[in-house]
Amino acid sequence: MATHFPALLIVIPLISALFVPVIGWWKKGLCYPLVVAVLVVPLISALGILNRVIESGPFSYYLGGWAPPWGIEYALDYLNGFVLVIITAISLIVSIYSKKSVEKEMPEKVVPFYTLFLLLVTGLLGIVVTGDLFNVFVFLEIASLSCYALMAIGRDGAPLATYRYIMMGTVGASFYLLGVGYLYIVTGSLNMANVSELLPSLYDSKVVLTAGIFMIVGIGLKMALYPLHAWAPNAYADAPSAVSGLVAPLMTKVAAYMMIRVMFTVFKPVFFIELTPVTTILTWLAAVAIILGSIYAIAQTDLKKMLCYSVVAQIGYIALGIGLANKSGLTGAVLHILNEAFTKGCVFLVAGAIVYKMGACNINEFKDLYRKMPFTMSAFLIGAFSMVGIPPTCGFFSKIYLIMGAITAEKWVFVVVLLFSSILNVIYFFRVIQIATFETPMPDYGRDKPYDPVYMDEVPLSMLIPIQVMAAGILLSGIFSSKIISTVIQFVIPVDF
Amino acid sequence: MLEYIISKYNFWVYVILLLIGLYAMVGKKNLVKKLIGMNIFQSAVILFYVSIGVKTGGATVPIFMGDAHAAHGHGRAIIDVASYINPLPHVLMLTAIVVSIATTGVALAVLILIFRRYKTLELDEIMKIRKDTGV
Repeated sequence: MATHFPALLIVIPLISALFVPVIGWWKKGLCYPLVVAVLVVPLISALGILNRVIESGPFSYYLGGWAPPWGIEYALDYLNGFVLVIITAISLIVSIYSKKSVEKEMPEKVVPFYTLFLLLVTGLLGIVVTGDLFNVFVFLEIASLSCYALMAIGRDGAPLATYRYIMMGTVGASFYLLGVGYLYIVTGSLNMANVSELLPSLYDSKVVLTAGIFMIVGIGLKMALYPLHAWAPNAYADAPSAVSGLVAPLMTKVAAYMMIRVMFTVFKPVFFIELTPVTTILTWLAAVAIILGSIYAIAQTDLKKMLCYSVVAQIGYIALGIGLANKSGLTGAVLHILNEAFTKGCVFLVAGAIVYKMGACNINEFKDLYRKMPFTMSAFLIGAFSMVGIPPTCGFFSKIYLIMGAITAEKWVFVVVLLFSSILNVIYFFRVIQIATFETPMPDYGRDKPYDPVYMDEVPLSMLIPIQVMAAGILLSGIFSSKIISTVIQFVIPVDF
Repeated sequence: MLEYIISKYNFWVYVILLLIGLYAMVGKKNLVKKLIGMNIFQSAVILFYVSIGVKTGGATVPIFMGDAHAAHGHGRAIIDVASYINPLPHVLMLTAIVVSIATTGVALAVLILIFRRYKTLELDEIMKIRKDTGV
């Protein structure tokens, strides 16, 4: 059983996705418990994998018993194990949260929602677990296609935003596929480890350069890296709450994982750092993404849209950490993947809870919200703290490592950018907190009682508990960040850094 | 120059198709035309893959005729790799074709949603409607 964890991770959600419509056709209410129960299996598998990696080092699993480079290999190391645990944990939490939100926002689409939800999780896990370049493309498209369908269910502008996302996403995936094709021409292999061994003697070839650029641009599109981010804010903001709660924390982070894989595993770090100026370009794009994303976020009046631009800015942090390409920078980037998954998960679920209660999430209508929904809003407060980087939340530690990385690389501009972006984050997050906490609706003195009485009006427990778990995740991953780094993340860093 | 182009004509064909597709996706105002552009774009990638399986010197499709069985008695049949084209890129493209069809299907479904909402598929008209209604 334990030896087959890497296969179970993929197979269980994939097969269950086929059974959800059958069971939903018989009894609609059974879909939700089934999905929650199914998603426990990947979480256990991911924890088992990470445990095994920590105890006995990286290992690989041959799918169907076919040895690489001919068969598909699932290569498990510290980076995958870590990202797998994040994906499975977040998807389980969001699936628990989804019940009431789905019933309210799309009552007649419960069955398709849960089917696509499982397929999306399958795709995300597959991208991370596989050690085969073409297999990544297949899982990427499984994840993207189910993501398109889920997003199109959303509110008014959703279909058009989704259509734009389909166009951009397909171009991104096709570019990645072209890059894989070029690598296949020169190496004749699709296995990441094998390609990585064969490539160094070919680094001066133009074909390899083209392949690298195609792959990075394709992944950059999927990752919503500035200036390829245009599809993301609308698509994420208009999606149903439960969907944006799953997609915003995970989809772009998995693309960031792919970028780390391609840059530092498939290619050796030396290729993108010394032979081509890719990392330098990446850091500058990331710096622009951080500043512009934050400024756009300040300009929004819709909470979900604000958070979406925040996603663009936070992807900039991860890209900056990858682009700095030194020990502290990459540590910061990987830790920021964890931080972002919990923080964005938390704030998007809070936004979903507000939509559930108020029907919309216009920031200017948040007056007295803290008194109405104290537990939800305190989770939001923790999320905002993490986004700004206030200890002991995880955001503080990932930012510290990124700043240390920028100092080590002696690129002072990025130190300034990182610090300045914290101030911008304060502006757009604390504006929400200020309206929700300190502002009350205008009193009407013409009446007997000029103030409307405010009652506590919390969301149901099935929504509140996942939100609190996410908030706890932010705090715990901050408090134990040094332990996480010493047991997992320090082994992610390539040896030649 | 001309010889250079002709000797690598498969790459030129794929690049031109890729750019036609990209132009349609960016330049056309009609959403269905954009979708057709996306299909051309994906077909270009598929043709690129199919063309890289080719080997010069009379290589053919990897179908074993009688001689493989005839050689069975002497132990393992000797398969001359140079006389068969590389089938792997073609097999990969079967998957990519399925992906492309699925993407087209999802995109068409989304187009139906858009049409139901705006009663048009011209992007500039949709933008005008969105502006007028303030969404």
